Amino acid sequence: MSSVRVVSNAPSSARGSDRTGGPKSSQRPVVEPVGETMRGARIVVESLIKEGVDILFGYPGGAILHVYDELHKCSDRITHILVRHEQGAAHAAEGYARSTGKVGVCMATSGPGATNLVTGLANAMMDSTPLVAITGQVATTSIGNDAFQEADIVGITRPCTKYNYLVKDVKDLAATIKEAFYVARSGRPGPVLVDIPKDITAHEFPFVWPDSVDIPSYKPTMKGHPLQVKKAVDLITKTEKAVLYIGGGVVNSGAAPEILELAERLNLPVTPTLMGLGSFPPGHAQSLGMLGMHGTYTANMAMAEAELIINIGARFDDRVTGKVELFARKAKKIHVDIDPSSVNKSVKVDLPIVGDAKTVTRQLLDALPPDPRPERKEWWDRLRRWQKDFPLRFRDKAEVIMPQRVLTELADITRGRYICSTDVGQHQMWAAQYYPADDPRKWLTSGGLGTMGFGLPAAMGAAMAHRADPVLCISGDGSFQMCIQELATCVHEGLNVKVIILNNNFLGMVRQWQELFYSRRYSEVGMKYFPDFVKIAEAYGATGLRAEHPSEVRAVLEKGLATPGTVVMDVIVSKEANVYPMIPAGAAHYEIVMEPEEPAQAPEPRELA
Amino acid sequence: MTESSSRHVLSILVEDRFGELARIVGLFAGRGFNIDSLAVNHTLEPGMSRVVLATRGDDAVIEQIIKQVNKLLRVRKVNHMVGAQHFEREHCVVNVRAAGPKGEEELERLLRLTGGHVLAHYTSGFTVELTSTPDQIDSFLDRLRPLGIRDMVRSAPIALAKPAAEGEAAAESAA
Repeated sequence: MSSVRVVSNAPSSARGSDRTGGPKSSQRPVVEPVGETMRGARIVVESLIKEGVDILFGYPGGAILHVYDELHKCSDRITHILVRHEQGAAHAAEGYARSTGKVGVCMATSGPGATNLVTGLANAMMDSTPLVAITGQVATTSIGNDAFQEADIVGITRPCTKYNYLVKDVKDLAATIKEAFYVARSGRPGPVLVDIPKDITAHEFPFVWPDSVDIPSYKPTMKGHPLQVKKAVDLITKTEKAVLYIGGGVVNSGAAPEILELAERLNLPVTPTLMGLGSFPPGHAQSLGMLGMHGTYTANMAMAEAELIINIGARFDDRVTGKVELFARKAKKIHVDIDPSSVNKSVKVDLPIVGDAKTVTRQLLDALPPDPRPERKEWWDRLRRWQKDFPLRFRDKAEVIMPQRVLTELADITRGRYICSTDVGQHQMWAAQYYPADDPRKWLTSGGLGTMGFGLPAAMGAAMAHRADPVLCISGDGSFQMCIQELATCVHEGLNVKVIILNNNFLGMVRQWQELFYSRRYSEVGMKYFPDFVKIAEAYGATGLRAEHPSEVRAVLEKGLATPGTVVMDVIVSKEANVYPMIPAGAAHYEIVMEPEEPAQAPEPRELA
Repeated sequence: MTESSSRHVLSILVEDRFGELARIVGLFAGRGFNIDSLAVNHTLEPGMSRVVLATRGDDAVIEQIIKQVNKLLRVRKVNHMVGAQHFEREHCVVNVRAAGPKGEEELERLLRLTGGHVLAHYTSGFTVELTSTPDQIDSFLDRLRPLGIRDMVRSAPIALAKPAAEGEAAAESAA
């Protein structure tokens, strides 16, 4: 780093922008030290380190060998976790990102390595998780020739990334990686992929880290329009029956403290979406619990009966709205979202505010009149009655373990203080209903995409960043087998991951739908052969425990949590327990179905979505 | 604008980079929107391209399309060309027989009426061209048909907002 020369301070990848006004004689070139010359592979690693990446998850291969060589040389400054399948790397990066608020990083080689990341990228896209994926690509001279392990990963991932890059020149490499991180974390966060051909990682160039990123066509709106904010405050203070509906945007923007303040000052009932769980204290008197298809009766009825819905950082997902035409017909709707395309996408709203959830909520707080806290007596009386008459409940049994029982015991032991990931299915909904995550970054679940196999690698990613406490993974016997190979990674890294399998020997959620909507024709949902999860755990070098009787549940959970390292708890639960309440797909909130007193009678068949 | 599925023209200013057109086109395909026509070319600003795209949908669909296109990282601006606030032109080139004195006479009359030109003539017919609005091109082709069209190509329409309306159109969909 000894010599000095004149360089442009504009990142070369944003070349379009510095040409906009034509040549500007007044623009003085910036004098800065030239970076040390190194090969592209080293530039990748140095760039990651500059971005503050301490841990990345990946799997090596031919096209990315140079980068792995540099990772080896820099292993004292950056930790690479070798996963057992690239899908695990993507989900682990998501778990890391969601639990820390930082950008998660995963790495894979070209072709199959890159395509194995796709599910994780799509998952991160749907759940707005900041992620950077670095993939190797065949050499620029081979691109398009159907070379060995070649896949057009930029083409494949275009619809499931926020943005992606193919780096064609080593001089663009550092600026592209800098920009990728900026894009991933800013605005509505999302996954960004950087595809780097092998020859680019071999070419040498001085490493210069740009100071800033400027994309003229990309300027996310953070602050809400003051006039809209004022209108919102008028509406909120004038309306008695209001409900605050919060989603993943509150987690991403760190708005939980502002939400709590807003809710308390205005005495608003609060209902989080699946992605918003943990953003409002679950034990708070104003919490109605989760809403949506398997949300609480009170939360859903509150939406059906409210005169005003204040949506902050949620997107009116179909699992929340049910039948859109019948959704909250009595309510005016305020929608705070950083993504303008979320506004009026599925539900027409009365008052949109485009902006960051935390910033806009703070603006709302600042604009509130100094009135005393409203009583909303009639509204709260009604909500309390619903809560009393239709609480979350299940019929416990003496001889068979009810899955909800496992979660209530777990909630009792942990009080929601541990990070908890889930897979996808019935266990996920029970966990959402009963696990009282007390912090927005302690709840890791696959919401939008509904990716079975997410749970274990996500827990692993979180555990890498939170070594002190156990990280829970609530899974099912179906989901767990979709990324089961990551047990090896967990054991290898000595991670405190505690997997709890609610094992009903069924693909439970599909079976539930078949029971309710297909006259119990159980098509391909029974796992006719399933492995012994305790032995599997032991084979991987983890601890395996099993509970088969209700009397064993507590002891197994306590022992599992107290045992150091990776533990798999195989809990044999009732085969045909169903998740209730349930709003059938395409129904309205007020058509919510509670657990029947007698064994279920199949309701009228409905079109399924 | 109450018509349930009407035609809309969008003028999209996008950075001229590898794959950006694929992003725009892929967005339409992936979200089930239709593209009626598509024209792409450079602008006066180096590094920027203009995409003029005609699509169909009701008001809600068009609102969603504009927002989704605006969301694309390298799209700087989307202008929604509304009503009579813009000029729209497309170009067609036609090989037509127009045999016999009657045919030639009719062709000459048509070209005079529409402002079209003869590009070349052969013993077996003519190559003619016309630049006009999409509707006028439709009707030109209808009238050429009896003269024997052998081959025809038409470009996608391009569109430009009228200066007075430009501010308005731009304000509607600032990126």
